[in-house]
Amino acid sequence: MLKNKTTQMADLQHLEDLVVQVRRDILRQVHAVNSGHPGGSLGCTEFFVALYQELLDRKEDFDMDGIGEDLFFLSNGHISPVFYSVLARSGYFPVEELKTFRHIDSRLQGHPTTHEGLPGIRIASGSLGQGISASIGAAETKKLNKDNHLIYTLCGDGELQEGQNWEAIMYAAGNKVDNLIVSIDLNGQQIDGATQNVLPLGNVKEKFEAFGWDVLEIKEGNNLSAVLDGMKKAKEKTGNGKPVCVLLHTVMGNGVDFMMHTHAWHGKAPNDEQLEKALSQNPETLGDY
Amino acid sequence: MNMKKYTDSGKKDTRSGFGAGLTELGKTNENVVALCADLTGSLKMDAFKENHPKRFFQVGIAEANMMGMAAGMTIGGKIPFTGTFANFSTGRVYDQIRQSIAYSGKNVKICASHAGVTLGEDGATHQILEDLGLMKMLPGMTVINTCDYNQTKAATLAVAEYEGPVYLRFGRPKVANFTSEDQTFEIGKAVHLQEGTDVTLVATGHLVWEALLAAEKLNEEGISAEVINIHTIKPLDNKAILDSVTKTGCIVTAEEHNYLGGLGESVSRVLAKNAPTPQEFVATQDTFGESGTPEQLMEKYGLNANAIINAAKKVIERK
Repeated sequence: MLKNKTTQMADLQHLEDLVVQVRRDILRQVHAVNSGHPGGSLGCTEFFVALYQELLDRKEDFDMDGIGEDLFFLSNGHISPVFYSVLARSGYFPVEELKTFRHIDSRLQGHPTTHEGLPGIRIASGSLGQGISASIGAAETKKLNKDNHLIYTLCGDGELQEGQNWEAIMYAAGNKVDNLIVSIDLNGQQIDGATQNVLPLGNVKEKFEAFGWDVLEIKEGNNLSAVLDGMKKAKEKTGNGKPVCVLLHTVMGNGVDFMMHTHAWHGKAPNDEQLEKALSQNPETLGDY
Repeated sequence: MNMKKYTDSGKKDTRSGFGAGLTELGKTNENVVALCADLTGSLKMDAFKENHPKRFFQVGIAEANMMGMAAGMTIGGKIPFTGTFANFSTGRVYDQIRQSIAYSGKNVKICASHAGVTLGEDGATHQILEDLGLMKMLPGMTVINTCDYNQTKAATLAVAEYEGPVYLRFGRPKVANFTSEDQTFEIGKAVHLQEGTDVTLVATGHLVWEALLAAEKLNEEGISAEVINIHTIKPLDNKAILDSVTKTGCIVTAEEHNYLGGLGESVSRVLAKNAPTPQEFVATQDTFGESGTPEQLMEKYGLNANAIINAAKKVIERK
């Protein structure tokens, strides 16, 4: 069965509730093992909820080949807590399994992998800069299979410092890979600090355009309605001979006041007290695992 | 002693064997796709490109993207064959292979030409002698190094039928073509070329023909050499090696690769665990190559029949 419904007001409230619940899942996962990457995860929560609940034309049951459905690839694998939470809450595996995040013998490895057979994951990511290439490959296979579905990708902004991305960006435009939407999480932060201080990215929009991509911006990447609208516009741009890039402006650590606007929580877990404070800002909506 | 006769049916390059295999796969297996990083002619992929333009992907001089794309193309059932030089198929893209292909368990065939010093005049920047080691260390990776045109063609056909990542290594120069045209290539199965009792010669790639030449000369001197073609370095045919040394009591390994990380070390591990046996290594001695003709380089770096003969005599004395 394919999911492809129109958002109604009632649905939107449910999605907003899900966003808050996913934020709780992220915080509780990383707190439980005192490791993981909450900052980028919290910043991309609205994107993941919009993607899996509304945008992806996807099958209920997971199979690796994903023929006849849209596919998503996460390039910046370190934001696995948000990926796992949304996959679980979209029915790919039991929500209870979030308890095993980063534990030994778990399918929920520190970075996403196919190796343990976790449904929803189609390629390992973590070593940065590889997701766009894999997505292009999957997009080319869709075309060969005459499968009229889309490939979605998410990359971090700091990740664009990896050279492989630019090989892939050049390829996709040169070869008219127009069934591909690559979103860039523009939060301006990376482990060592602001991207502006670590290695300035320059004008990302102009760079993608210069390479021949169709670029659109979602200025409010932490506003669910804005993400839904922006991504639907991105979808409309596909099939026109150009790959599509979405610049998703987000705030790292969004939803937890003391984690926002800093790189400090890129890869650090909250302690007990900090967790309590963070959860109090995101009251339980759909039930904790 | 009676020896089997092997005849060179006319010198051919192993890369052309790959090209012929790929051309055939183009006709017989519609899921096979090919990717190339600006070396279509060198890899002999022109016919596939011409026959199946929609299944051929020219990625430009961008090997990292090529490996990632190949991994992604498997999702939906395609069987990607990537083509570039061995150096750019391994060292340059190790992390892409490690994460996107090996760890992700993707059905990609990494096809690597111009391996070793026989690449010749281009010199050390292009002559990788470390690739077998790099690839065999990756969990789940199958590693194959074929010896002649016919075997390379057969291996190319065989790896398409096998599900999982494969590193298929071959070379540039025209060398003796002596294995049978209609052979069936069995991944992981060593091929006995000569029966012998005094010393075991196990060789891979271009050194297999040299091992046959060495065995003939040794025979003239009254030394009976068993010759085994190890085309699959991983998984290694442990039984073939152990059975042979049980008979001969000593072994020479021969490969166009650094002695660190190559076939020789894989053989040593099997022997150390099961039947410690004197072994000599015909391989490069932890060095880079240089410019020269293939023949000059094989001579200078000790990678020919003479080197194998010397190693055999030495190892027999150590028994």
